Amino acid sequence: MAILPPGVSAESFASAVREFQDAVGRDWVFTSDDDLYSYRDHFSYIKDQPNELIPSAAVGPDTTEQVQAIVRTANKYKIPLYAISTGKNFAYGGPSPNVRGSVTVDLKRMNRILVCDDKRHFAVVEPGVSYIDLYRHIQANKLDVWVDTPDPGWGSLIGNAMDHGIGYTMGFYRDHFGAHTGLEVVLPNGEIMRTGMGAMPASQSWQEYRHGYGPDPCGLFGQGNFGIVTKMGFRLMPAPEHWRNGLVTVPKRQDLIPLIEAVNYLCDLSMCGEPWYGSPLMPLMGNTEFREAALAFNESAMDRLAASANLHSWQVELQFYGSERTTLANWEYAKELVARKVPGARFTDGESLKTPLTREQIASTTGPYPTNMRRNITQGVPGLGIWYMTGRTEQNPNAWNETHIGLFSLVARSGEGVLKAQKDFADVARRLDMPSLFPNALQTPVNWYQFAFLMGNGFGLGRGDNSPAGKLAATAKLREVLRENAKLGYGDYRAPPILQDDVADQYSFNDFVLRRFTEQLKDAIDPNGIISPGRAGVWPANFRSMRGGMRS
Amino acid sequence: MSGHRPALVLAVLVIGSWATCASAQDAGRGKAKFDHTCAPCHGAGVGDDGRAMLPGTDALRIKYQGSLPALLEQRTDLNADAIRTFLRRGTWSMPPFRPTEVTEGDIQDIAAYLRQSSRAAAR
Repeated sequence: MAILPPGVSAESFASAVREFQDAVGRDWVFTSDDDLYSYRDHFSYIKDQPNELIPSAAVGPDTTEQVQAIVRTANKYKIPLYAISTGKNFAYGGPSPNVRGSVTVDLKRMNRILVCDDKRHFAVVEPGVSYIDLYRHIQANKLDVWVDTPDPGWGSLIGNAMDHGIGYTMGFYRDHFGAHTGLEVVLPNGEIMRTGMGAMPASQSWQEYRHGYGPDPCGLFGQGNFGIVTKMGFRLMPAPEHWRNGLVTVPKRQDLIPLIEAVNYLCDLSMCGEPWYGSPLMPLMGNTEFREAALAFNESAMDRLAASANLHSWQVELQFYGSERTTLANWEYAKELVARKVPGARFTDGESLKTPLTREQIASTTGPYPTNMRRNITQGVPGLGIWYMTGRTEQNPNAWNETHIGLFSLVARSGEGVLKAQKDFADVARRLDMPSLFPNALQTPVNWYQFAFLMGNGFGLGRGDNSPAGKLAATAKLREVLRENAKLGYGDYRAPPILQDDVADQYSFNDFVLRRFTEQLKDAIDPNGIISPGRAGVWPANFRSMRGGMRS
Repeated sequence: MSGHRPALVLAVLVIGSWATCASAQDAGRGKAKFDHTCAPCHGAGVGDDGRAMLPGTDALRIKYQGSLPALLEQRTDLNADAIRTFLRRGTWSMPPFRPTEVTEGDIQDIAAYLRQSSRAAAR
C-alpha cells in the first residue's frame, strides 16, 4: 500500500528518502507497510478507507541537527511533514497526520531530560521524554518536584503541551502549555529558534521569564504548524509535604451556582487543587419518576425527590496541597465559605496524608466517603491504569469499542453556565437523534484548566455499528454536533485530524479573521507549507484546497 | 602443534558466536525495556480505582480464563515473533508500538527476558 506525498513523483520521493537516510541512518527511515502500520491510528474512524490518514514514510531523528536536515529535504521536494513525539494521542487521532502521504517525523528517539531543577522548579526535555520517564528520573534522583501528569501518563510532555493537554494537581500546572517556560524550535526553513530568554545567547534564566522581549510567538506552536519543537521547558510543582481532601455536598439544583462561585474563589486564590464535581443523584436514575423529571429538567420535582431520598443534588471533592497545618486551614476555610453561601451544605472530612503517598495509600479506595477522584494523578504519579476503561473487562469481555474520539466543549465557569449547557446539550442530542451516554441534567464540568470548565459531549456513537458506513454516519453526526454547539457558543478545545477543520470552523468571528491572520503568517513563514499542513484547520496556500476534505 | 590449531580456532569461533548471540539477546536489557514499556499495563501489582490488576494483566486473565498466565512474565509461549506481532500490530485496545519506541533489538531482548522470567516463575 505504498503511497506518495501529494504532488510528489515516485522519483522525487525516492530521492528524498535517500536524503532522509543520509540524515538519520538507514535504520531510522521506515517505508514498509509493516513498519508504517504502527504509524496509523489504531482507533481510526476511517481505517482501511481510501482517505485514511496514513504517512508515506516515517523518519526517526536523534538530534536537532537531524531534524534540521529532514526539514531542509522536505522543503527541497515540497513534502509535508507531520511531527509526533511519544505516547498514543488516544482519542485525538493517534499518530495520523492531517494530510495522507505526509512523512512522519517521529521524535521518540530524542528522549533526553536536559535539566530538572528542584530548587528553581523546572525541567527542560526533548520531545521523546514521557511523563513516566520524567517521574522516574525525579524518583531516581530524589528530587523535590512533582510532575503534573495527564491520564494515561505515557505521553510526551512536549506533545501533550503542544496539543493543549492538561493534568490534575494545582491550577497553574494543570494547563500544560500554559506552564511551559520556553521553546526551541526548528523553523520551516531549517533554522533553530529559541523563545523568551532563550533568545539571549548568554542568558541564565531561559526557564524563568518566558516572555523575553518583544512579541512572544510561543502560542503559534501550540496546536500549530509553524515549526518542530525540539526542546521545551516546564514549570514543576515543588513537592508538597502534605495532601488532604474533603467532600462538600449541597442540597438543591440551584445550589450549584453559589457552590461554583465559592470553589472558583478558592481555586483562583490557589488554595486548593483540582476540584472534582459530581452529582450524588446518579443512583436515582433507576427511579422512573426521577428519571422523567431529570430528562424534562423539572427542577422542583428533582429537588423534591432528592430530598425524599435524603440525597443532595451536587458534590465537589476538594483537595489541598501544602503542609498539614495549611491544608487543614484551607479546608476549614473552604467549609466556612461554602456554609456562608449555601444553606444546608454538608461537609465530610476526607483523608489527611503525608506525601509522597505510599503505593497502598494511592491504591486505596476506602475512605470516609466514596470518591470519584483518581488518586494517582492527583499525586502526580503517571501510569497506564486508566486503560481498563477501553480494554477487556469483566463487564466487557468479548468486544471493544474500537473507535474513540474526545470532544470537550468550553462552558462558562459558573453554575448558570453549567445548568444552561446541560439543557443545550440535551436539546442538541434530541434534535440530532443522538443516544446520550448519561442524563444531561446531572452532568458536571471538569475543571482541568484552572480558569475554564469543559463538558464532554457524551454520545454513544459507534457502539453497535463499527462498520465503515456506521463510522461514517457517526462522524457526520459529530460534525452536526460541532456546528450546533458553535451556534450556542460552545467551542471545542481539541480534536482528531478528521474533525479539526470542523472545530476550526467554530471559531468564525469576523469572517474567520483569526484563521486568515494565522494562515497569512503560515504562508510567510512556511512558503512550501511543509510543516503539518491542515493542523488545527490552518492550511498553507499550496494545500488550502484540502480544507474540509475529510468531510467527503 | 599445528594439528591443534584448527580446533582452537573453531573453539574461538564458537565462543565468539555465542557471545554475539548473548549480545543480540540480553535478558537484562530486556527486563529494563519490559519494565519501562510493558509493565505499566502488563506488570504485576494492583490497578487503578480499586482494581485488583493492571489493565493488560486483567485483560489477559479474562481472555484466557486460566489456560495461560495473565502475567506476560510467566508466559512460555512468547517468542520474538509473537512479541513483534502484538507490538507492531496492536491488539484490542492496545495500540501498535513504533520501531522508535521498541526496536527490533528490544524485541529480541524482551523475548530473552520473558524466557528467563517464565523459567523462574515455573520453579
